[in-house]
Amino acid sequence: MFRILKQSLRIGRVAEPAPEHTDIELERIGIELNRLIDKRFRCSFAIRQVDAGSCNGCELEIHALNNPYHDVERFGIHFVASPRHADALLVTGPVSRHMETALRRTWRAMPSPKFVIAAGECACSGGEFGVSYASCGAVENVLPVDIKIPGCPPMPLDLLKGLLGALRTT
Amino acid sequence: MTQSDGRSPLAGDSPPLDPAGSSANRPQAGSDEPSARIRRFDWLSEYLARLEDEHVIAHRGDARILAPAHRLVLDPEDWAVAAKLAAAMGMRHAGLWADPLDDGLKETDGAEVDGEPCIRVRACLEQTGDYLVIETDIPLNRPLLDSQAHIYPGLDRLERHAHDLTGVVFTNPFDSAQGKPNTRRWTRHQAWPAERFPLRHDFPLSGETARRTPADVDYPFVRVQGAGVYEIPVGPVHAGIIEPGHFRFHAMGEEVLRLEQRLGYVHKGIEKLAVGRDPAGLIRLAGRVSGDSTVAHAWAACQAIERASGCAVPPRALTLRAVMAERERIANHLGDIGAICNDVGFAFAHVQCARLREQWQRRSRELFGHRLMMDALVPGGVVHDLSADAFLALRQDHAALHRAVEPLFDVVDDHPSLDDRLISTGILSASDARALGCTGYVGKASGLRFDVRRDNPYPPYDGVRVEESVETEGDVAARVRVRMAEVRGSLWMLDRLLDALPEGEIVAPLPTPAPGAQGLGLIEGWRGEILCFVRFDAAGRIARYFPRDPSWFTWPALERLILGNIVPDFPVCNKSVNGSYAGQDL
Repeated sequence: MFRILKQSLRIGRVAEPAPEHTDIELERIGIELNRLIDKRFRCSFAIRQVDAGSCNGCELEIHALNNPYHDVERFGIHFVASPRHADALLVTGPVSRHMETALRRTWRAMPSPKFVIAAGECACSGGEFGVSYASCGAVENVLPVDIKIPGCPPMPLDLLKGLLGALRTT
Repeated sequence: MTQSDGRSPLAGDSPPLDPAGSSANRPQAGSDEPSARIRRFDWLSEYLARLEDEHVIAHRGDARILAPAHRLVLDPEDWAVAAKLAAAMGMRHAGLWADPLDDGLKETDGAEVDGEPCIRVRACLEQTGDYLVIETDIPLNRPLLDSQAHIYPGLDRLERHAHDLTGVVFTNPFDSAQGKPNTRRWTRHQAWPAERFPLRHDFPLSGETARRTPADVDYPFVRVQGAGVYEIPVGPVHAGIIEPGHFRFHAMGEEVLRLEQRLGYVHKGIEKLAVGRDPAGLIRLAGRVSGDSTVAHAWAACQAIERASGCAVPPRALTLRAVMAERERIANHLGDIGAICNDVGFAFAHVQCARLREQWQRRSRELFGHRLMMDALVPGGVVHDLSADAFLALRQDHAALHRAVEPLFDVVDDHPSLDDRLISTGILSASDARALGCTGYVGKASGLRFDVRRDNPYPPYDGVRVEESVETEGDVAARVRVRMAEVRGSLWMLDRLLDALPEGEIVAPLPTPAPGAQGLGLIEGWRGEILCFVRFDAAGRIARYFPRDPSWFTWPALERLILGNIVPDFPVCNKSVNGSYAGQDL
């Protein structure tokens, strides 16, 4: 127990403020996101993430949104386990044909109004995989997409900027 | 060259007196090999003698075309016998793949099939760090071959994958129904018809139908029946931010009686997409086989291409590749150690590991252009050089991480609530690990020492000590300890690699590969041994690419180690193995 307390006290809070300019940007984006989420989603924006065929690179970066550096929960964003609890569907990867039906069903299970966010180059355009016998390509070939966040994979800050864009425009 | 080439009883199949290298297009094969090479392949003559005893004929052919592996060409009817003898000698199976040669035979490697379209099946075996590739041709119009999965159970899914994509039908030579084919599909769900095979040349990349793909509802899961037994279907869409796949549990009370996995949901046709690409395009694709192993898969594909074309990669580039591969290993282990702790409710370690991982990834972006180091490797070398400042920054990073992980790992290693949940959970026995062919931390935690970096060292690992991290318990706690030891070992190694960083170029031009040139890449990724096969066509483009991720063998291990555990412990067992869905679905 003492070892844990010692480590926790020694490391302290790393979330912010940090010296790098990108982190100031993170804070600025976060505050704006927070304001929009407070206003439009009663302080809580729930995302259901579905990997529809990615290489798992995008998942690693989405995970990084929850690490103590980004800690997006403080902006009112959280990832939920059920599509029924979700405001937005965050889709990564080209939609593999084997995931096509599962993705549609997940989308149908969400209550309206709902957003679809395509994250990553593959989800936006098909990326390295495109359309083939095994892949439907971009998410918009399967579902109506509201916002695209390019990048291979998009960095955590890009993901946040994309979310901000989604909330501003939709 | 190996001694065994000269003294094998079936020397006719190898070039016995050709110390300069059996094929002119592979000048670096000798330099690949460490001094320990003297005792290399000392088991091969024994294996060949046993084959001869069974009247198995090994045909003429270039034995070194897939160096450092030794190649043997067999008749199809000897396929199962060869595996049986290999298993009797304790060899490990390292993978199997099929290569349809059905396009008029313009591009074979000199060992043409006698005018008839065929499917060439290759299997890779390993003994004491030496690799043996056995190869056979089966006619396209009657593609029947004995299965080896009854001897090597880890091959079952690879055989079914080969069937779904190329049409080889594997039959069970030991089945009472004599040669009953294994027709249970694996990679194919409903995206293409059962009688069509995407890797054949008459199958267009774009597919043959644009209709919606229905769910794969009628997959024949093996069922457990009895009073009180119930079924839990999970997936393909899981509750967390993870990849898709289906798990079918049979449980009684809380205890798991059986787990059956159904993967293939993220099949993107990588092997078909590779056909016709240039080397640089293939490396981009290889970097996306499994995003968390982007460096390892890109390196394996680079190595195969470079061996096939005889490219001498500058030593500085090789060391930089190793630096990136070790960074990838550390980043993934840090993330997973934290996630395993989180799965048993110990958020402290999760947060601390995530913090260290994020710092590590930021440095990767600064110095190697990408947080995951994607697209940092190119055929013939690497993209980013290290400046003197970067060198210093890295040395300081390593020291800082070392200071940071010691107290943290000390807590993880010896914390009562973690011990309670991780010790004796999800035990994989050494015999199961060996039977399935597990490598990496899954194998090491169950007592299997194998590590490509040490047992078949490729440069620069031939010049640096690879720390051994082996445990025998085989439980989740052992896998965590192996990962912690690997973080420490890689940190230590990173400093040695940097200190010995050679001067010079970081990329060499790739020579034009000979028509039909082929190469084998063997890399120790952070999950374990990655095998990669590349064959060129006559125009210097890729004709066949097959990456075999270690997950092919650790996924079936998860099915075994979960037995007798409670359903709520599945997430932590799964995370401790952490197979790649993308890497095995291809």
